[in-house]
Amino acid sequence: MTEQYTSDEMMTITAARALNNNSTCFVGIGLPSAAANLARLTHAPDITLIYESGTIETKPQVLPLSIGDGELCESALTTVSVPEMFRYWLQGGHIDVGFLGTAQVDRYGNINTTVIAASHKDSGPDGAHSYANPKVRLPGGGGAPEISTNAKEVIITVRHSKRTFVKNVDFITTLGFGRDGQGRKGKSTLGKGPTLVISDLCILKPEDETNELIVVSLHPGVTKQQVIDASGWDIRFADTLQTTDEPTSSEIEVLRELKRVTEAAHSQTETA
Amino acid sequence: MTLFTTLSKAIEDGVKDGDIVALEGFTHLIPFAAGHEIIRQGRRNLTLVRMTPDLIYDQLVGAGCVSKLVFSWGGNPGVGSLHRVRDAIEHGYPAPLEIEEHSHAAMANAYEAGASGLPMAVFRGYVGSDLQHVNPNIKTVTCPFTGEALAAVPSIKPDVGIVHAQKADRAGNVLIEGILGVQKEVVLSSRYSIVTVEEIVDDLEASPNSCVLPAWTINAIATVPFGAKPSYTHGYYPRDNSYYKRWDSISREREPFLKWLDEEVFQAGE
Repeated sequence: MTEQYTSDEMMTITAARALNNNSTCFVGIGLPSAAANLARLTHAPDITLIYESGTIETKPQVLPLSIGDGELCESALTTVSVPEMFRYWLQGGHIDVGFLGTAQVDRYGNINTTVIAASHKDSGPDGAHSYANPKVRLPGGGGAPEISTNAKEVIITVRHSKRTFVKNVDFITTLGFGRDGQGRKGKSTLGKGPTLVISDLCILKPEDETNELIVVSLHPGVTKQQVIDASGWDIRFADTLQTTDEPTSSEIEVLRELKRVTEAAHSQTETA
Repeated sequence: MTLFTTLSKAIEDGVKDGDIVALEGFTHLIPFAAGHEIIRQGRRNLTLVRMTPDLIYDQLVGAGCVSKLVFSWGGNPGVGSLHRVRDAIEHGYPAPLEIEEHSHAAMANAYEAGASGLPMAVFRGYVGSDLQHVNPNIKTVTCPFTGEALAAVPSIKPDVGIVHAQKADRAGNVLIEGILGVQKEVVLSSRYSIVTVEEIVDDLEASPNSCVLPAWTINAIATVPFGAKPSYTHGYYPRDNSYYKRWDSISREREPFLKWLDEEVFQAGE
């Protein structure tokens, strides 16, 4: 009998398990950063974590609030400039997994972190209308547009809701498989794109040929109907639908300790 | 020797109304003190360039110094929105704000191209992204050797580049350590460069491959201890993450922001 855990913990632990010990992983801030470091502190102690601030093989003891916290640099093997990070290390083909969060993801794994449109009638074919008619202005692309195309594959982690899992994103900040699912076809210089999406309800993978995200595994206790109700398109399920393994008590313990020390560190007033 | 000066003199000499100004520092070494001095001197119609506008540009935008923002990620890291920037974009308060939006890879490449004396940067980017449909400065070029379509953006060449660093020696050579961001690129790509430092030392004690900016690449150096707060200076003081969290409530509405501006910037002085 495993102890009680939250759906957020389930998501982070499942995302952590998707990373393996031999990976070189380019980590986004927030949910991906928590999962990547949980992986490092549990089953993947040798995983190489890289942040866009230039820190290579970083091993932070507390989760960074920003992508460039001092902790990342102090615990890194080496720190390179930002142009070098994006040119040599990412574009140069040294990243196995790009690990991203998002505000919206659509059925073809496209990511929107730029703008939520005022009305969905407004989202034209190239995002320009959404951009000119925002309801919510989001932070923007940051490193994601090139992480998604230059990393060998992409893992996305995001909480499941009708607002986040939409049929078509209002704006493609970052390419998944494009508006027709075929956006990477014939482009040999690009990575595979999203291979896995992990939410707090389930695990999704792109279907062969169509590249539409379908549910391959439900987290323990989650029903198909819950996923349907929290998705913005007629979401489909794999024929052989799995149940995600429950978190172990040790995974839960390590995650909670990581959150606890992080919270303590970030609420401290400056101590210089 | 006019290289060493005060912060107020450096800003007065270097930054003019209407200039393109880049205050850089990738989370680390953000030159907040210099930004506050620009606010105090009442500069207007600036085009501000920065990969991550961060609180420093939220403050400059909220204070009415800015007419255009060039950026690639516009949030309060780990916390939420930049409310003053959003108020300017959404409501034109305190002044309308034009934006030019990129990805990090594009801006990093554009700074490097600026430092390299090239008119544009070429890289494998923006594939399938709608950013290319809303920013006319994102174009495609074809590789003359392989035929591959690649992204091109104009190089960044600011009128003024401003960075913070750990230390300068007495000749004005500057050492930067830790997360380097685009510090070297912005100094080399700018027509006029200002560096604030924590301290002046006899010897930089730099290892052979350290990031050192020779004195002759810099126009003005001012000693400003804690000049990057609430950002941080590696080896001197940590990032004040709790301040970044507090900024959300300071900046969310206009009144508390204006009170902050008066107390922490105008009354604080240099």
